[in-house]
Amino acid sequence: MGIVSPGFRGRGRGRDVKLPPGQYLTEDFPVLSAGPTPRVGKDDWEFTVTTESGREYSWDWRQFMELPSETPTVDIHCVTKWSKLGTRWQGVSLDTLLADVDTAADYVLAHSYGGYTTNMPLEDVLDGQAWIAYRFDGEDLPAEHGGPARLLVPHLYFWKSAKWVRGLRLLDQDEPGFWETAGYHDYGDPWREQRYQGD
Amino acid sequence: MSDDYQDGNALAGPLGEILAFDVTTAEASCACCARTGPVATLRLYKRAPGLVARCPACEEVVLRMVRTPDAAWLDMRGITSLRIPLP
Repeated sequence: MGIVSPGFRGRGRGRDVKLPPGQYLTEDFPVLSAGPTPRVGKDDWEFTVTTESGREYSWDWRQFMELPSETPTVDIHCVTKWSKLGTRWQGVSLDTLLADVDTAADYVLAHSYGGYTTNMPLEDVLDGQAWIAYRFDGEDLPAEHGGPARLLVPHLYFWKSAKWVRGLRLLDQDEPGFWETAGYHDYGDPWREQRYQGD
Repeated sequence: MSDDYQDGNALAGPLGEILAFDVTTAEASCACCARTGPVATLRLYKRAPGLVARCPACEEVVLRMVRTPDAAWLDMRGITSLRIPLP
């Protein structure tokens, strides 16, 4: 009989946790980055949605903060195999940002300060599935985790949740992003373990 | 630290699996700023889903490599030319 209760080993132990295939549970928040961390001040920050016809819809930080926010608690799954459960965010739903955008596009390419890009079907960022998040765990989002604001699309592998996001391009045709052009899966569903092209 | 990078010497192992020469001594010319220097002097970001080597002058991506279970993906769009020393 053990003398140490699993209950003293931290949150998550003993919980009936179901993870996507090939993932392991982590309690910390690993920082992955393909380049130097952009340092974008809120005074300089701008977020722009560009439609397939070239029409632009932009928000500066003050305008963005005036939009209604939500506080999703979600599980996140990195393609490097860690998963983190019950992460708490605050951000603006893409349903809100795209509500008045006139588009018939089928795809979206998110682009970031620093040049990163990632693609997904437009329907995957609608209906309460995606946010532009600016707070994590009750604090302003740190730059190393994508602050001042990052995309949050938790039902896809976390490389789709672009850090330092600065805009969305709405597209008629799919356009693979940074990792999707280098062997990673175009869609990236962790529950179907779509890590690499061909999975 | 998110800005942690290594020098391009760390590419020797991963690229040694697919190239028949020591890539670290090859002189790469950056397609963005035209800086030319040994691959060993690139800034290599490894804490990512793949390897990303950036130019130390302009920070643009020079080379990317992703190793999947059954293939290696190599993107060298950021290199205008690679001068490989040969005997």
